[in-house]
Amino acid sequence: MSVAAEMPSIAAAPERLLPRYPAIGLADHLARYGPLPPLAGRRRELIQAVADSGLTGRGGAGFPTGTKLRTVARAGRPVVVANGTEGEPASLKDKVLLARSPNLVLDGVLAAAAAVGADEAIVAVSREARASHAALVRALAERRDADLVRIARTPDRFVAGEETALVHWLNGGDAKPTFTPPRPFERGVGGRPTLVQNVETLADVALIARYGPEWFRQVGTGDEPGSVLVTVGGAVRQPGVVEVALGTPLGEVLGRCGGPSAPVQAVLVGGYFGTWIPPVLDLPLTKEALRPLGASLGARTIVVLPASSCGVVETARVAAYMAAQSAGQCGPCVFGLPAVARSLRAVARREPGAAEAFARLPRLRAQIERRGACAHPDGALALVSSSLGVFADEYRAHLAGRCTADEHAPVLPTPPTAGDWR
Amino acid sequence: MSEHLRVNPILCDAYGHCAELLPELIERDEWGYPIVGSSPVPRRLRKDARRAVGSCPRLALRLERRDEAA
Amino acid sequence: MLAASALVASKGVWYLMRSSGVVSLVLLTGVMVLGIATANRWRPGRAPRFVTAGLHRSIALLAVCFVAVHVVTAVVDPYAMVSAVAVVVPFVGAHKPLEIGLGALSVDLVVALIVTSLLRRRLGLRVWRGVHWLAYLAWPVALFHSLGIGSDTGTLWMRAVTAGCVAAVGGALVVRLWNTNHGKRLEPQRVPRSALKVPA
Repeated sequence: MSVAAEMPSIAAAPERLLPRYPAIGLADHLARYGPLPPLAGRRRELIQAVADSGLTGRGGAGFPTGTKLRTVARAGRPVVVANGTEGEPASLKDKVLLARSPNLVLDGVLAAAAAVGADEAIVAVSREARASHAALVRALAERRDADLVRIARTPDRFVAGEETALVHWLNGGDAKPTFTPPRPFERGVGGRPTLVQNVETLADVALIARYGPEWFRQVGTGDEPGSVLVTVGGAVRQPGVVEVALGTPLGEVLGRCGGPSAPVQAVLVGGYFGTWIPPVLDLPLTKEALRPLGASLGARTIVVLPASSCGVVETARVAAYMAAQSAGQCGPCVFGLPAVARSLRAVARREPGAAEAFARLPRLRAQIERRGACAHPDGALALVSSSLGVFADEYRAHLAGRCTADEHAPVLPTPPTAGDWR
Repeated sequence: MSEHLRVNPILCDAYGHCAELLPELIERDEWGYPIVGSSPVPRRLRKDARRAVGSCPRLALRLERRDEAA
Repeated sequence: MLAASALVASKGVWYLMRSSGVVSLVLLTGVMVLGIATANRWRPGRAPRFVTAGLHRSIALLAVCFVAVHVVTAVVDPYAMVSAVAVVVPFVGAHKPLEIGLGALSVDLVVALIVTSLLRRRLGLRVWRGVHWLAYLAWPVALFHSLGIGSDTGTLWMRAVTAGCVAAVGGALVVRLWNTNHGKRLEPQRVPRSALKVPA
């Protein structure tokens, strides 16, 4: 695998996936990144390169990509699905990546398809992500090597991006998760072994195919190599998507977004399946550093809560949103999450009976945990549980009838969802 | 080889037959859905467990075989 | 002497055929009512719900026995003029093809229901449920067979039995349709929009 001439070297701000001036059109893309090396007959090399690079899934689960490729490659007639649905409302990175670097994602899809021996690939993008879809369509139209790729526009639902939900929808069903086993890598689209990979992961595969695993490891840490896209929102001056090396301290990530626009009360790391953490700004964004706080990067979303907002109110709003986003298939989620949302609402509104409602939470949690078919209820519970620790004082104040926040404009997005599950 | 009970929560519709037939291992939550432990089914209850599995109107309860893990 | 006993025997078969037919109809009605009750999560008093389901299954198997007797005696009986083929293939008999055919159809459907239920775990929920909906066809077909076949239709007691069966199934259906929330169809709970608004 040849090493292209000038790629920006290790900088504090890696520009591998999202260059400052994105390539416009296929020719510009090829001029900038170099051609995609020949893929035919080099399956084992490709898979080995990805395995050596230490790339892990960028969609939230963080599973080693090389292992996934190897498993699916063993089966017959696999399918590749590039997951760009991004149902998490606070996350924009996949939409931005697709809109600005669609050819990189397509390169990755082709490389992964070659690696596993797939003759069919689907790029899934949300119906609402019009710019991303348009960019993909334009990119595909220009290419001649991407006949096996088709685009699918998924419903705009939180759980639609879950891998079994996506596969179920591609198979003609609702975008609702299914019972596992079998997982998609065993039986997925059309009953075939399916490689479901986040679009960012595939973009990384495209870069590894070109420049090799050693180059990939030049950024990031030994355990967690590479760069990642992170969506930063809330009380920062320039909210948006930034590309950072894994291991970058939280404060530096916020600094890339213009820094906090107000004193920071807490930070939500990992989206709505994530956890609230106190504003430990020198905390490096790595698994090791986050785990003691009960956190993980998860959906690569960071939302900064200013001191003027109320953590209890925000958590209550997100809990209600998560309850409304349930696929409605499993009793503990369908009945449990709204019960949690109602309890938190009572506390947020400082209603009479809030104390009893609050006291119900541990019992509700015990009845909901791990009893759904997918991670949705557990994710919502993780967020709520972390809020109990980080906002303990605020909860106490609310239960005593006070709210210490002066501002109540919503910080975390909770969009109403239109449309159906198809 | 140990046997474990597992509920498919998507199929389950809270009929409650399993909890009635196997109260030693299955409880119901406040909404009527079964809470099934992850420990293996004791030998003396295996027959009852099979009855519970056969009785589920939604075929949501399963008995899974697993190797004795360390 | 021989002729007399033959006459008595054949009359016996004739009566056995009719009586087992009536009992089959009543039992099948019971099976329908219990099936609807199971779906409706009904419990007899304080007894557990699996009892309803268990009764549904047991009575179904009992009904099969009586249907078998009814079918065998119908074939054996010289007056009934039902061939063995006509019992399983509907509407092919020479004698009374429609009425006997309805009987054959309901036998076929009942056999399908029983066999798929015995093999439920192998076949999976989808297949089993799909076939099980045919119960709503099997029962009225059996009823029309009994009405059309004419052996006892005009009599008061038969009319009462028929009316009772229709009332039982009709009543069970009404209760079921009225009580759909007992079916616990999962609807994602409507979380009020106000929950997403910010408290003052």
